[in-house]
Amino acid sequence: MTKRIVMGPFNRVEGDLEVRLDSSEGQVISAEVTSPLYRGFEKMLVGKPMMDALVYSPRICGICSVSQSVAAAYALAGLGGRSVPPAGRHAVNLVHAVENLADHFTHFYLFFMPDFARDTYADEPWYQPVAERFAAVKGTAAKDALPARAAWMEMLGILAGKWPHTLSIQPGGSTRAISRSEKVRLGAIIAQFRLYLERTLFGDTLENVAGLFSADALWQWADQRASATSDFAMFLQVSRKLGLSKLGVSHNLHMSFGAYCLQEGHFLKRGAWQNGGPAVLALDRIREDISHAWYRSAGDASGPLNDFPVPDYDTSGDAYSWCKAPRLDGAPVEVGALSRLLVDGHPLLRELAANGANVEARIVARMLELALIVPQMEQWLAAIDTEERFIDHSPLAEDGEAAGLTEAARGSLGHWLRTRNGEIEHYQIIAPTTWNFSPRDAQGNPGPLEQALAGTPIREGEVEPVAVQHVVRSFDPCMVCTVH
Amino acid sequence: MAKSPPLRLLWLQSGGCGGCTMSLIGAQGPDLVRSLEIAGVEIAWHPSLSEETGSEAASIINAIAEGREEIDIVCLEGSVMTGPNGTGMFHRMAGSDQSMMSVIEKVARRARYVVAVGSCAAFGGITAAGGNEVGAIGLAYDGKQAGGLLGEDFRSGSGLPVINISGCPIHPDWFTETIMQIGAGAFDERDMDDLQRPLNFAGHLVHHGCSRNEFYEFKASAQKLCDMGCMMENLGCKGTQARADCNIRAWNGSGSCLDGNYPCINCTAPEFEEPGHGFTKTPKISGIPIGLPTDMPKAWFVALASLSKAATPERLNRDATSDRLSALGEGKRRK
Repeated sequence: MTKRIVMGPFNRVEGDLEVRLDSSEGQVISAEVTSPLYRGFEKMLVGKPMMDALVYSPRICGICSVSQSVAAAYALAGLGGRSVPPAGRHAVNLVHAVENLADHFTHFYLFFMPDFARDTYADEPWYQPVAERFAAVKGTAAKDALPARAAWMEMLGILAGKWPHTLSIQPGGSTRAISRSEKVRLGAIIAQFRLYLERTLFGDTLENVAGLFSADALWQWADQRASATSDFAMFLQVSRKLGLSKLGVSHNLHMSFGAYCLQEGHFLKRGAWQNGGPAVLALDRIREDISHAWYRSAGDASGPLNDFPVPDYDTSGDAYSWCKAPRLDGAPVEVGALSRLLVDGHPLLRELAANGANVEARIVARMLELALIVPQMEQWLAAIDTEERFIDHSPLAEDGEAAGLTEAARGSLGHWLRTRNGEIEHYQIIAPTTWNFSPRDAQGNPGPLEQALAGTPIREGEVEPVAVQHVVRSFDPCMVCTVH
Repeated sequence: MAKSPPLRLLWLQSGGCGGCTMSLIGAQGPDLVRSLEIAGVEIAWHPSLSEETGSEAASIINAIAEGREEIDIVCLEGSVMTGPNGTGMFHRMAGSDQSMMSVIEKVARRARYVVAVGSCAAFGGITAAGGNEVGAIGLAYDGKQAGGLLGEDFRSGSGLPVINISGCPIHPDWFTETIMQIGAGAFDERDMDDLQRPLNFAGHLVHHGCSRNEFYEFKASAQKLCDMGCMMENLGCKGTQARADCNIRAWNGSGSCLDGNYPCINCTAPEFEEPGHGFTKTPKISGIPIGLPTDMPKAWFVALASLSKAATPERLNRDATSDRLSALGEGKRRK
């Protein structure tokens, strides 16, 4: 007999989420994912002076506002007329990396790990130390991690004025030139964060963690760390006991728009990955399906530069979410840190996800990005010549169309815009969680989370199945971005 | 003295971006968890911080809404969504058939203190921009218009109107200090301005403590975003009118919008989201900015400005359109 469970309000995700599950014999048969909030940024932007996109669009999201700024700035830059000086490029990458890494950090400590402190697990042999460390708000980890995170965000006070909703990121670079003394201060903040990661999160150097190239190496490392202070090793221990590598399994195409623009290209490269090999990333084959979302079509459905679905709340049909269903050449796509590292080619992630993306691989990927990107930030900072310009103010073309593509912490983010006489005529946004948490499309294909939830075990008597929570939160969803 | 039981706080989010919570968890000296302890405040439920999810969370919210459980402080982050057509269904509470609008109203009417966190919850904010097709309003204001969801005459159990900690986002201290005042029983009408914004931040102008004040004094103006000069004349800066202490109280350790080289957009004010001009442009009549300091006779301002402009030190003229301060001037740096 099939039983229906409606889960909501789903918390410790950014924004609002409802998950409806049909279950039978102790597992999820199928899932429907609903975003119950709509705000209307795409329409809000139409008719505004084009530079004002840099004020409105970061406010789509308070957790990845810099990513929204970067996408908007790239889109405006795509109209032509400006070139970013190297110091400005490094400054923007640093600001963006601070936010992306803070998101991984916040997700691990505040959103994901507290679920292992639930009473459900009280009888597990590993429970006591995990619960003391990670209990929501009351655990020792919250008291350690919050000050460490706040100190890390001081990078943004210097480089960007404030966070979230900074305005320093512009199509021509960064508004804020830094001095020789500020450069040293920024270096000290990175060093302090590295110290926290090495002493508390990993219990090892970032270089050693980034150099774990196989599953054997990872598990050997985790065993060695069992008695040391290492929050990551604690996660791996729990993950192995609970079999998180077999949970939340999905077999989607993975995609990355490429992260951190350098002179020589993206530091984490752009591309797609499927079934253990590279796949085609045909950017002109991105479409947003609205067959199961509360919208009606108003454009020509030829892609985000011309399509503009408008809200149409009607609960009588197939629609069940404000989230549209973006598809790449008709296929659902998974995005995020795991997808980025699969595309970029990290051998450990390719091994961990060889039999499909899963909860464990998604978490390991985020932790690995912390280990991989902080050392890069040290290099980008070192490369800044404080005597040089940080921004180019040449006039932008006032008529044109362009896409701004980047990687937020949660995956691929795109802004598509068209301008006329310096005003925004058209603006469409596809955010990472729109890909991951999309509803079904006209062909009936479930979105990546809907797919990953199928088969999730439900324990006897559970009303809010804890395994479902692990799967949902393993994507680190950002619902306010999703529906914008 | 016996320790009084902690005040219980319920936090809901609606039509917003979550940025005020994200800003808040960056609280420093002390951090958020410690600040709440000091204030004597315990979280009944917060969407980002609490363990309870789904029906566990809903039962906490419903018990408060139905008066089965007392609540001391209700905070709303994000605007109240009234659309489409007044149904509130642009935001339905997940896991239920109710609009968030109706849930917010129920819990707010049970609270001893109601706090609007951020400009969306206070006035509608950025969610109300661009024709406001979603019908975003604040708890006690719809833009500049008093009323909002709860009505102009609303008073919470303590007798206070909605406390509007506006800002896009809020500075963490604006919230933690207000909560500490409430926890100490030391927050009342005298601690708010005419838009019910706490004076801990609204008692100042953004202009106060601005590191560009020397440029302002001599009307040495920035021309583009990155210049060190005053941004009022050309770049739309509203620091002389905006009520907040951003340049007195550092953001993220050391910054402010103006220190980041961009103008104040007056984000603590109602309707900041629709300035009627580009955010980084200063509207002018005959070359004179129309947004001059509100409490100064215009003729005097113009006269003083032309006098001070004539007396501007060369150092300031040069730095005003430069992306770095020469401080003591060229040639003073040790070679």
